[in-house]
Amino acid sequence: MTQSTPPAIQLRGATKMFATKSGTPFTAITDVTLDVAAGEFVTIVGPTGCGKSTTLSLVSGLEPATRGTVQVHGAAVNGIPDGVGYMFQSDAVLPWKNVLDNVAIGLRYNGVKKAEANERARDWIQRVGLTGFEDRYPHQLSGGMRKRVAMAQTLIGEPSLLLMDEPFGALDVQTREFMQDQLLDLWSGTGAAVVFVTHDLTEAIALADRVVVMTAGPATIKSIVDVDLERPRKVEEIRLTPEFTELYRTVWDSLREEVEITRARGASRVA
Amino acid sequence: MSHDSTTLEAAAIEVDSRVPTTPAARKRIRSGKPIAWKVIAARAVLIVVWLGSWELSARTIIDPFFYSQPSAIWDKIVIWFTKGTSLGNIWENMGVTLEEAVLGFITGVIGGIVLGVLLGRSTFLADVLAPFIKGANAIPRIVLAALFVIWFGFGLPSKVATAFVLVFFAVFFNAFQGAREVDRVLVDNARILGAGRWQLLRTIVLPSATSWILASMHVAFGFALIGAIVGEFIGADRGVGLLIAHSKNNFDAAGVYAGMLVVTAMALVAEWLLTKLEHKLTAWRPPVASGSAAI
Repeated sequence: MTQSTPPAIQLRGATKMFATKSGTPFTAITDVTLDVAAGEFVTIVGPTGCGKSTTLSLVSGLEPATRGTVQVHGAAVNGIPDGVGYMFQSDAVLPWKNVLDNVAIGLRYNGVKKAEANERARDWIQRVGLTGFEDRYPHQLSGGMRKRVAMAQTLIGEPSLLLMDEPFGALDVQTREFMQDQLLDLWSGTGAAVVFVTHDLTEAIALADRVVVMTAGPATIKSIVDVDLERPRKVEEIRLTPEFTELYRTVWDSLREEVEITRARGASRVA
Repeated sequence: MSHDSTTLEAAAIEVDSRVPTTPAARKRIRSGKPIAWKVIAARAVLIVVWLGSWELSARTIIDPFFYSQPSAIWDKIVIWFTKGTSLGNIWENMGVTLEEAVLGFITGVIGGIVLGVLLGRSTFLADVLAPFIKGANAIPRIVLAALFVIWFGFGLPSKVATAFVLVFFAVFFNAFQGAREVDRVLVDNARILGAGRWQLLRTIVLPSATSWILASMHVAFGFALIGAIVGEFIGADRGVGLLIAHSKNNFDAAGVYAGMLVVTAMALVAEWLLTKLEHKLTAWRPPVASGSAAI
């Protein structure tokens, strides 16, 4: 990494605490230090509820860090930085707008004329394979199709930094793999940095250049595994290769301990 | 793209087969089951039995001077609409009451939405104003009608003001709740996509609160009519409320009933228009929801 091009994301000792009703603050993540280069695809895995999503909300500027610094494209995050796209875990498409208006809305917010916004939205609708559904409302679409609307809605702004919070978590396996391929397809060549949070190791490895493993909460980075599988990838094929299995074992070895800690805590809470 | 055709195939498979595609099919689902002739016949029988027994007992056991009878009420309505009322043309009087109710309704709805959404989105303002609003809401507001007649006189403004205070609170609380319960993810998503404050309000907060606000409008129009009529009871120179008050003062029970029917008809027409508006504004909603809610 040279001085002239700052990393897309730079986290230095980032810590986030939330106030709770009992008065003792809850630490979601602590001392997270991570660089993500432009054009890099990083996935974050960790035990359930460990604070993976919190990391994304710090980078997106939706939540300020309690301690440490967060920089995007070399500038400290203070409000929502330019060029950030965010795909949420739950449905974020507007139920009262049809597919075309949903995809175009980001452009409309940024003052693009209606005709031009619609034209570009149609292009993106075609790219995510929803041509013919422009006039449908979200409730008339399947879960997978709604995700594609959300993807087009996010990608139409051509973000240089794409944050994804378990976007395909609620989908069935076939749809999910299809969406993963589609995401890789749309991302390749854009030069955008991607941070993708997931609990699915197969997904994490199949998509990423690097897999970040986080500890049980309060979460910090436990290990980072480089994924040197060739691109372009086909998710359903790549996961059958021996290299993939090897990587899976490495990541799982690192993660297992943390998952066990989380489980033990859950069990003690139940007991 | 290389796999365009597979994409489209997958898209076609993914379409929910339960979503009706033709407008006729959609309409069928929206309105629920078609009303069977049996239901209509049963309703007709119910009306005949009700009115018939009333008419019969008024001619035999009970005193029609106090309780009136359907034939007398019908005669009264016919007279009102053909020869006019003690206060002149019936349409004119209906027009006056309707004007008062509609003006009170519109100003009350606008005021309720503006203040409701404002307080719903600003915790500080809501905290500051909460006790005042609760206090104002606790006043039996109908007594204000007397005050408004003193302030504004016998004309239109005192009735509009009465209708306004009744409508305002009904709409305000719903708009407030609606603006509070906006999905957090939708707001965050819009902010990331670049929405400013005003855009957030217009494209996210208001549409999300719309179902809440529309739900309150049905009740609110009823309140507007009540406000207008009570205002006319207390002091007016024209209007259906005054017509009813006149009938009461002359011990004309049929006149009171006739006035009641006229007001009911006005309310039903308004309700019908509001339902049309509601369907138009919430066309995006799954049809089952609105269908099952209808009585």
